[in-house]
Amino acid sequence: MSVEWLIPAMLTIVTAATPLVFAAVGETVVEKAGVLNLGVEGMMIIGAIAAFAMAVTTGSEVLAIFSGAIAGMLMAFIFGVLCVYLQSNQVATGLALTIFGIGLSALIGHSYVGNTFVGLAKLDIPGISDIPIVGPLVFGHDALVYFSILSVASVAWFLKKTRGGLLVRAVGENHDAAHAIGYSVTLIRMGAILFGGAMAGIGGAYLSIAYTPLWVENMTAGRGWIALALVVFASWKPWRAFFGAYLFGGITIIQLYAQGMGVEVSAQFLSMLPYLATILVLVIISRDSAKSLLNAPACLGKNYHSSG
Amino acid sequence: MGTRLTLFRLESRPEASKAMVYLSPLIAVGMTIITAMVMFALLGVDPVDAIATFFIEPISTLDGVTELCVKATPLILIGVGLAIGFQANVWNIGAEGQLIMGALAGGGLALAFYDQGSILLVPAMLICGTLGGLAWAAIPAWLKTRFNTNEILTSLMLTYVGLLVLSYLVHGPWKDPEGMNFPESRMFHDSALLPVLIEETRLNVGWLLALLAVAAGWVLISRHIIGFQIKVIGIAPLAGTFAGFKEKKLIWVTLLISGGCAGLAGVIELSGAIGQIVPAISPGYGFTAIIVAFLGRLHPAGVFFAGLLMALTYLGGDSAQITMNLPNAVTGVFQGMLLFFLLASDVLIRYRVRVGRRNIHTRLSE
Repeated sequence: MSVEWLIPAMLTIVTAATPLVFAAVGETVVEKAGVLNLGVEGMMIIGAIAAFAMAVTTGSEVLAIFSGAIAGMLMAFIFGVLCVYLQSNQVATGLALTIFGIGLSALIGHSYVGNTFVGLAKLDIPGISDIPIVGPLVFGHDALVYFSILSVASVAWFLKKTRGGLLVRAVGENHDAAHAIGYSVTLIRMGAILFGGAMAGIGGAYLSIAYTPLWVENMTAGRGWIALALVVFASWKPWRAFFGAYLFGGITIIQLYAQGMGVEVSAQFLSMLPYLATILVLVIISRDSAKSLLNAPACLGKNYHSSG
Repeated sequence: MGTRLTLFRLESRPEASKAMVYLSPLIAVGMTIITAMVMFALLGVDPVDAIATFFIEPISTLDGVTELCVKATPLILIGVGLAIGFQANVWNIGAEGQLIMGALAGGGLALAFYDQGSILLVPAMLICGTLGGLAWAAIPAWLKTRFNTNEILTSLMLTYVGLLVLSYLVHGPWKDPEGMNFPESRMFHDSALLPVLIEETRLNVGWLLALLAVAAGWVLISRHIIGFQIKVIGIAPLAGTFAGFKEKKLIWVTLLISGGCAGLAGVIELSGAIGQIVPAISPGYGFTAIIVAFLGRLHPAGVFFAGLLMALTYLGGDSAQITMNLPNAVTGVFQGMLLFFLLASDVLIRYRVRVGRRNIHTRLSE
């Protein structure tokens, strides 16, 4: 196997994994705060169309990424108002967010079908990005790839080392105790939910302005759900979610290269791989129920109301 | 604790409000219509006109009413099955996949006998379809009971797999050999089509099966011991376990019922409304049925009315597309909005809303 084949493959793995990294790390914080937001898919797709529309209209990459993040946050805000303030069922509300997001994105995206965008620029440092192998692999990505790694590192640090992270975890482990010692469960949870929305929005934005710079209805194709599975797979640890996302990126890429190498399998069966892998991963991680209960935030999915 | 400014606060009701359980869907529908009118006005369309096009025009003819029933058939069938599962806190989100696998199981049988007629073909297809959906739902049931795997994620992942199986079959082995290379199967034999109830319309026997499912679901939930166990496990899992109810058995039962209903809905859609296997069998009935189940208060009778209303949003979307040139994605937006408003109004079941700035902290400090 020659190296020329390997480098583009690895670069593609990175682009396939990056949207999952954003969405999964955002959801990790949300779930650490005790909230299960099943609307990741809906927030991602709204982020994707918002970013793409902005990119096509203004041509600005930065504005596109911001509009993806803000759109994801707005979606998350609806979820937060319903679940945190109006005590609605988190599972049902998350599903509603996904159904709504797919519908709304199709409505907005209607007039953007067929438009194209050059795609996010790759980093290009003269001299350094041209070094064989190391150059393209380390210095040849777009800015969002580096930002995704940075965000994993900061979230891991925030959750583990800071007072704010401790509060998020406290609210997720025992919301009554956190309330009793004087912290606002609702505000902390809202903050976590909005952060998760912004990250899912950026993940969606990555899909529509970098991964495949065009708009297709339903283009997230279940990546939001895979991100949710990754959070469980990673036992709510940011770095593990990061590696999980790269593992999935690798699986997604197999389908492209298997066909290139003339493997006689229908495209549809290869496309099933990420979904089947998700199921397999869930089976492996959930098998030991005592252990998975130990890792999950104790208040995950439970609503909080101060009058009890 | 000082005074905290709050616009409103929620006060727990001593008992859940029965009236609100039934009022909340009506409030939600009203709010959705008002929001939709604002949305239409912003899109530059006359709101009253748009609402009429969306909700009244489609059912102003006999043809329209029968189409409403055709669209409501899968929604009601799947909604009844899901409602039973949701009551037990078993979240089957993959009804869309089960619908497709049911359609493929029944449709495969129709293709095997494409040149032979038999009066047994339709009943056999219905049975195969039900079993197909049931088998697809058995996978998350097995994974959940055996490996403790979250059924939300597994059933949903299997939906994507099901869609790809369908795509493989219509592009490959099941493609019509005389079909100009279109990704569609042969047309079914006439005897593989569900009998029509009213001549010149698409209203078929499937509608009666949906009504039967409503009745059967009602009996199961309110009269059968399994229904009682489902409700107890859903509300108080510990109490159910102490009473000796087998939680694993209920997971199996609820997933198989909802999967079977979805599979049946799939084969009815195929043999009643479409007549061949095409790449897009369902416009998301399996997902919309989730809204139908909630809007119908997880009760079969409620599911019936909710199914009709949701079917109307599909017809309305089509009619808005034709007469007002709006993308029919409006339907999805409507459906999502309706579920949001419903979930928001449901707060009134367990809480009273008090307007004002006094809250529990200020009361304590007085």
